[in-house]
Amino acid sequence: MAIQGIDLSIIWGVIIAFGLMMYVIMDGFDLGLGILFALIEDSRERDVMMNTVAPVWDGNETWLILGGAALYGAFPLAYAVILEALYLPLVLVLAGLIFRGVAFEFRFKAEAHRRHVWDKAFIGGSIVATFFQGVAIGTYISGIPVVDRQFAGGALDWLAPFPLLCGVGLLLTYALLGSTWLLIKTEGMLESRMRHYSRPLTYLLALVIVLICAWTAWIHADIAQRWLAGSHWMRSLLLAVLAVGAVVMIQKALRKRHSHLPFIGVAGLVFLGYLGLAISIWPNIVPPGISLWQAASPPSSQLFALIGALFIIPVILVYTFWSYHVFRGKVKVGDAYH
Amino acid sequence: MFNLDALDLARIQFAFTVSFHIIFPAITIGLASFLAVLEGCWLKTHNQVYKDLYHFWSKLFAVNFGMGVVSGLVMAYEFGTNWARFSDFAGSITGPLLTYEVLTAFFLEAGFLGVMLFGWDRVGRRLHFFATIMVAIGTLISMFWILSSNSWMQTPQGIEIVDGRVAPVDWFKIVFNPSFPYRLMHMALAAFLSTAFFVGASAAWHLLRGNDTPQIRKMLSMAMWMILVATPVQIAVGDAHGLNTLEHQPAKIAAIEGHWDNKPGEPSPLVLFGLPDMQAETTRYSLEVPYLGSLILTHSLDKQIPALKSFAKEDRPNSTIIFWSFRVMAGLGMLMLLCALAALVLRRNGALYRNKAFLWLALLMGPSGLIALLAGWFTTEIGRQPWVVYGLLRTTQAASNHGALQMSVTLALFVVIYFSVFTVGIGYMMRLVRKGPNAADARHTDDATARRPLSAAD
Repeated sequence: MAIQGIDLSIIWGVIIAFGLMMYVIMDGFDLGLGILFALIEDSRERDVMMNTVAPVWDGNETWLILGGAALYGAFPLAYAVILEALYLPLVLVLAGLIFRGVAFEFRFKAEAHRRHVWDKAFIGGSIVATFFQGVAIGTYISGIPVVDRQFAGGALDWLAPFPLLCGVGLLLTYALLGSTWLLIKTEGMLESRMRHYSRPLTYLLALVIVLICAWTAWIHADIAQRWLAGSHWMRSLLLAVLAVGAVVMIQKALRKRHSHLPFIGVAGLVFLGYLGLAISIWPNIVPPGISLWQAASPPSSQLFALIGALFIIPVILVYTFWSYHVFRGKVKVGDAYH
Repeated sequence: MFNLDALDLARIQFAFTVSFHIIFPAITIGLASFLAVLEGCWLKTHNQVYKDLYHFWSKLFAVNFGMGVVSGLVMAYEFGTNWARFSDFAGSITGPLLTYEVLTAFFLEAGFLGVMLFGWDRVGRRLHFFATIMVAIGTLISMFWILSSNSWMQTPQGIEIVDGRVAPVDWFKIVFNPSFPYRLMHMALAAFLSTAFFVGASAAWHLLRGNDTPQIRKMLSMAMWMILVATPVQIAVGDAHGLNTLEHQPAKIAAIEGHWDNKPGEPSPLVLFGLPDMQAETTRYSLEVPYLGSLILTHSLDKQIPALKSFAKEDRPNSTIIFWSFRVMAGLGMLMLLCALAALVLRRNGALYRNKAFLWLALLMGPSGLIALLAGWFTTEIGRQPWVVYGLLRTTQAASNHGALQMSVTLALFVVIYFSVFTVGIGYMMRLVRKGPNAADARHTDDATARRPLSAAD
């Protein structure tokens, strides 16, 4: 599928991976905020939390649509069988995202005595969406059986210990992204509570990451092989060292009451986890058996969409950055936007 | 219970989620352009009425937009979860088109929406106006791509079939396929009309309650101008769209007309009303006007229009439904024209704002744009059956391999969620309408409450 020596499938693989990583980090802190909502009872503090992401959450969620659409355009077979296989978890993700998304608006429009309903919808929606995203990732890592270009597994394959553990792992990841995001955007009591939560969350997340890695290597000999065979163990070791470094850095930045560094450290840790996932399945796009090239759409499809992507994604990054810049700084209790 | 199989359930699920979804983007498209016009007028004239209206309608826009986003996300994934065989077959076309929609439209809307809704104090007036325009353009670009994709499924071209799957050959032909320009224009005007009738009905409601302010009058006036300009154009575009369908999807036209047989050498009548029966292959209780079918569809008195019996039974769309959905759409179009002309006549001496009968008509016509839009989509989508990609892939071959139980559970889940969430949201929108632009703006100016996520509404 190469045109003049350029492998379009690899480029698209990287673009989709980039889009989904943007999603995980950016909607990760939105969803994490929803998870942490459960721990904050003061309604003014809840207002502040929501307001830190109100102008940007919609753009953050758009990266998920990009991930889906790009997969659809560049690797239709992967889009078809992965989504078919993950049907029930994905429906629950979407259901969660519906409640989370509308809560942003409905919360302020409900009568005072009904507001708690939308607070609960925000918390519940965030938790359900996050947990089942994790379940979906876990099911994906475990492998999707495909026969004759069709999903050949069962409707409840995702209901297994490993995917469920991945769901817990993602809850911790997003909660930590959310708590460290609030270190950047808030002050006073709320900020110190988030600092207080971030430390144990980091350790718990590190523990779950170790568990997930060990479990993966234990049940998937082929993935363990990828990690350890030949000189690969050096790459794996480097990732592990960097991950430990990230955890140390997060804890140190938290101790020193740094505002931005903890979030950057968590984002780095997420990136490393992401890299580890990529190494584990490369060059498959539907593990264990379908490669990027087997799932690819015809080169003319990939090229057509790529022309747009290469021009437009940098522009998107510029105005996304601009929007964050416009709304920079701490959000205070009682702040009004107009 | 109704003895539905997994395919029926998948189709019902798609019809349900997409019908609910399309209401929100239609209003988003219309309101975004309306807001851009309001802000432009305000910047030019410094008339406070425009700014008040901008703030009022931006609150409704925010609620509506949010519901469009979350219901649209479902659609982006439903192609794969429920229609995996279709995605595998045609993803090389519809996938890149959807990718372009996300890249050129969704990010544009999302990126500037925050500034548009919350950025009044953070950016200058010109930059804010720019943000509003970007959001409006984003909604139009979005419509461009998704309608190109849908139209390609109706009138596919520019492709070849390789290994049993679609491979693109000429992207220009794919994007600008034969039915696309008509469908795009028809949908754009439908979105503007739906919004104009919604705005007009909101104003009429206030005027009927004696809440006669310059803001309310301006709303009604702008809505009625829009309706006056857009309705005749829409009728002409609809006619051209019909002729285009006649050329590319004659079976759909035959089903819309409930027309079963052509007698040799005789012009085709138009069935005004009747009840098409797919089993008996006839339209019962039909009220026919001779020659009119030929006249409308061939613009002649002797040529015949396609008849359903000339298509194999398994290739016929369901006439019982689309015969009526088409008539609902066309009938509402005529009522819209009546409303537009009545407004024009009453405008001359200002009776537009006082005439009770007209205000009642405007109020009752509030949902007419959306109802006509849905009826039109039902007509064109059900009329495409039994194909999902016309002439290339049958709907029966397009679905994922889910069991009926799984599909029933998810359908029930979607129905419960959509009704509980979106009816509440629409209820909040109606409450905002009831408060009206004056009260809402008074609140706005001394607004010292918390930042209002994705809305300033309360």
